[in-house]
Amino acid sequence: MNDPLSAANAAGLPSELPDEPTTPPRSQWRDIWRQFRNHHGAMIALVLFVSILLFVLIGPLLWTIEPTYVDIRARNQGFSWAHPLGTDQLGRDMLARLMAGGRVSLAVGLTAMSIALTLGSLIGILSGYFRGLDAPLMRLTELFLALPLLPLLLLMVTLFREPLGKALGPAGGIFLLIVSAIGVTSWMQTARIVRGEVLGLKEREFMLAAKSIGTPIHRMVLRHVLPNVLSPIMVAATLGIATAIITESALSFLGLGFPPDFPTWGRLLYDAVDQMQQFPWRVVLPGLCISLTVLSVNYIGDGLRDAMDPRIRGR
Amino acid sequence: MRLKFLMLGAASAALMAPVAHAERGSDGQLNIIMWQAPSTMNIYLSGGTKELIASSAVLEPLAGSMPDGTLFPRLASEIPTLENGGIAEDLKSVTWKLREGVKWSDGTPFTADDVVFSAQYCMDPTGGCAQLAKFEGVEKVEAVDPLTVKISFAAPQPDPYSAFVGSQAPVIQKAQFEACIGEKAPTCTEQNFGPIGTGPFKVTSFKTNDVITFEANPEYRDASKPAFASLTMKGGGDAAAAARSVLETGEFDYAWNTQLAPDVISGMEAAGKGKVQAAFGSLVERIHVNLTNASSDLPEGERSTTAHPHPFLTDIAVRKALSMAIDRALLVEIGYGPAGQPTCNYVPAPAAWASDNTDCLQQDIEGAKKLLDEAGWTVGGDGIREKDGQRLSLLYQTSVNAVRQDFQALIKQWWQEIGVETELKTVDASVFFGGDAGSPDTFQKFYADVEMYANNFEGGNPAPYLAKFTCDKAPGPDNQWQGENVSRYCDPEFDKLVAQMATIVDPAERGKLGQKLNEMLTKESYAIIPLVYRGTASAVSNTLGNVQINGWDSELWNVADWTRTAQ
Repeated sequence: MNDPLSAANAAGLPSELPDEPTTPPRSQWRDIWRQFRNHHGAMIALVLFVSILLFVLIGPLLWTIEPTYVDIRARNQGFSWAHPLGTDQLGRDMLARLMAGGRVSLAVGLTAMSIALTLGSLIGILSGYFRGLDAPLMRLTELFLALPLLPLLLLMVTLFREPLGKALGPAGGIFLLIVSAIGVTSWMQTARIVRGEVLGLKEREFMLAAKSIGTPIHRMVLRHVLPNVLSPIMVAATLGIATAIITESALSFLGLGFPPDFPTWGRLLYDAVDQMQQFPWRVVLPGLCISLTVLSVNYIGDGLRDAMDPRIRGR
Repeated sequence: MRLKFLMLGAASAALMAPVAHAERGSDGQLNIIMWQAPSTMNIYLSGGTKELIASSAVLEPLAGSMPDGTLFPRLASEIPTLENGGIAEDLKSVTWKLREGVKWSDGTPFTADDVVFSAQYCMDPTGGCAQLAKFEGVEKVEAVDPLTVKISFAAPQPDPYSAFVGSQAPVIQKAQFEACIGEKAPTCTEQNFGPIGTGPFKVTSFKTNDVITFEANPEYRDASKPAFASLTMKGGGDAAAAARSVLETGEFDYAWNTQLAPDVISGMEAAGKGKVQAAFGSLVERIHVNLTNASSDLPEGERSTTAHPHPFLTDIAVRKALSMAIDRALLVEIGYGPAGQPTCNYVPAPAAWASDNTDCLQQDIEGAKKLLDEAGWTVGGDGIREKDGQRLSLLYQTSVNAVRQDFQALIKQWWQEIGVETELKTVDASVFFGGDAGSPDTFQKFYADVEMYANNFEGGNPAPYLAKFTCDKAPGPDNQWQGENVSRYCDPEFDKLVAQMATIVDPAERGKLGQKLNEMLTKESYAIIPLVYRGTASAVSNTLGNVQINGWDSELWNVADWTRTAQ
């Protein structure tokens, strides 16, 4: 019952033990999970990431203060039972704002990252694997690398904000616009890295072996190439989430992002910078949220890469 | 008896104190921090306020403005009026009498030729003078005799106090700048960085965008002034650091433009070394109501044009209710502190022009609800009012600015309370104020229902500022979306009064008509909802005396009178 995937990976190893009929079936993902659990940093990061997710997803159901409700009498308050994380300069509850902001920031980060990753891996593999596509696709990548991000985003927002806003509501429209804008403008590094890896892989013996037994192209790519380039993709993904969250806050700051009454972590951070000296917590809290998310995603990526690398696994 | 005697003694001592004034240079060194540093000393080559302040310590105009907006003579001996014959009956010329015995800081006498030359210098078509607007309509400037200058206009000017009035249009020395006219103007670095002036100080060294040092002008016309022997103007840092260096550490005596959040300022003032003062000019933060339909269902080129009236903002009850729901005093407290005042006026100053319209200052949520009820706007299922299927739902846009976003959040909530739904939008300031006819996000295009920004007028004459609201000045595709009648306000009566204004000279009468125009825009039509009368804040050390902050002229307009007081 061996998964063909692990067989493919194992093809890179010097020898493969024949399956004992008495041993229970082993799936590759279970192996990865076992390996992953041994990575202490990654496990802590996973727990942290899941708790951040729970905080922003379940939190608003338990803490029901509106994040945009202005209570002017309660402005600039410190930590209290009524407002566990204090209030901002207009008396809006910081806890509620952090939860609402986290939803948006995480959604933007994850979605934009998956768009960038899908595009980047696709283009990277295509251009690495198919010699004929290499030159045009790499020139396209260079073209995108040369595009200045902000003017391009400005143009996209100007052109598409209103029609999208009308179709999906102001927040939905701008969400789609921002994630696609960030996704479409940040896939190039992934594509470059993946292409390089694929070019190296193509010359390996196991690829030659697979080709010699007549493996069709789609199987070559899905079963042999993709699993072997997963680790650089994972690293790119973790970095991508961080960049997407930061880019979103930069956009909001320029007035191109979400409407101003729509809290995101980046916006909370920027709004608080003016009064950093009097109310340092207002800067620290959203900053901490962004850093912890980015850090935990990085560690998870690190753990995954180690767990998925057949050369490290089992050591 | 003895107590009374003592008190009399104290009172007379207090009276005596200001009389014993200082000698020139007796108060030592004055330090000013300008966090945006001046790049030149020649105001004719820069439109910036920072250069205006630097140059006004050296160069002087014929007349300046007092903090209340009234004119006072500087290099002129008196302000020309119709009564003293300074202004011609046909309003086509004005004659200035110059002060006698004024000398440049190099010791040569100041004459009418210098004034004539300054006008030529700025009006040279190849020179690119930054203050050309001050000379608009001027046909020629001629010297009648060494102490008399006649300025002639192409058309009658009811308000001739523009050229050589205010520090934006000072007199420069002919002998020094003679070779620098026209295209050569920017190349005369030595002259532009160290102009010879008639003012209280003269430049000793100038490092562009860094430090300027001055010393007292030995030829200044008042032998006892300035009290300071030298003046240093240092650039660099940001508004917060500049304010701190005056209010907390006391390194500097004066910091220009310290626009900071009110609680930041009050924290710094607590150190007791200085105070923040605000210069109130004519800057008003206001909401413009779009009287035309900005809906994106309309084809491009017809949105926000007078062809399509707004579906519900044309109802004055709605506009009035929007204004009544706003607590202006709270907006000031949150956003501007001492650098703001609640206002109901579009023209808040000068005093003669400001209407005594104060009925908007009191927030009245219940009154606004009642007004909407009476107008037939009933609360629907979701808490939003509607009439005949039309919901009161607004798009509220402004530029990106922390204070403006706070205002948006507050006002949105107040409007929510009276049953008006608000969607907020922010636009980058360079786009919003950029005036690009191709962009849908400029304040002139106004593809929104209400928008908020601030504007002011130059000098002491609000008439052109009010005249921006005539019917023909509404931005639209036919004028490439230029013009500042962004509310698309159109009232033939208003246009008639604006035309009448151009024929009136008497200041009192002009002011009265101005008040009427102001009221037509605000409390009679609510096409404009004024919010906050804004000043520019500057931090002043407690050890400086006689500082009178001025929103109508350079902040250093009376630097000759500044003294050091014992703390």
